[in-house]
Amino acid sequence: MMASRVVSLLSKRAISTSVCMRGHGVAKVEEYSLPSYFDRRESPLPDVRFLKHLTPEQQSLKAKEKGSWVALSNDEKVELYRISFNQSFAEMNKGSSEWKSVIGGILFFMGFTGFVVLWQKQFMYGEIPHTFSEDWISRQSQRMLDMRINPVEGFSSKWDYDKKEWKK
Amino acid sequence: MSGALAKPVMRGMLAKRLRFHLIAAFSLAIGIAATFKFAVAEPRKRAYAEFYKKYDAAKEFEAMREAGVFVSARPTGK
Repeated sequence: MMASRVVSLLSKRAISTSVCMRGHGVAKVEEYSLPSYFDRRESPLPDVRFLKHLTPEQQSLKAKEKGSWVALSNDEKVELYRISFNQSFAEMNKGSSEWKSVIGGILFFMGFTGFVVLWQKQFMYGEIPHTFSEDWISRQSQRMLDMRINPVEGFSSKWDYDKKEWKK
Repeated sequence: MSGALAKPVMRGMLAKRLRFHLIAAFSLAIGIAATFKFAVAEPRKRAYAEFYKKYDAAKEFEAMREAGVFVSARPTGK
């Protein structure tokens, strides 16, 4: 303030630039850096009121609020609430049907992926290894039975070694 | 006051939630563990015990040898 008064004495120009009034080159305060209002269940009382600019009726209501609250009617109490808050807890916690769209979207894209995989099998992938041929698999299974792979609860336990066939 | 609502719950919300979830957590944990024990673990132990009661290691070895799976114990004969 002193600096601006000195400047006005030295030069007869009116102080119009806001930089001079705020101090030496202090940055302009952006709206997003000020405390903001939010509707959140876990922190019930935000730093600021919801409505920033009040109409004259709302301002007079705010003045009436300074007196005894018994004098306020129910509608005035609700109006005061709506000045301070955007959504009530009931409104902000209300569920929606969005989950149906989400599930639908998930399933749709999973289905689309099926088409992608089909295309890949048809046009992209090469031959599968020879070890998947029927002959190889049968010789491999015979060798597994010979080695008694998992004889207690697994592979070889399903084979009847006396009758030489799979157990029924 | 026209159509006044009931006074909402003001206190003890965490305690109530904790009581519910503690009971649920312990019962689920113990239940699942018991189910696994009696549905999987015990039958498996019994299966192994039964298998090895009648297991003749030498006979199995000879059978495997004849099938030709061993390198150092080739099939007998010829």
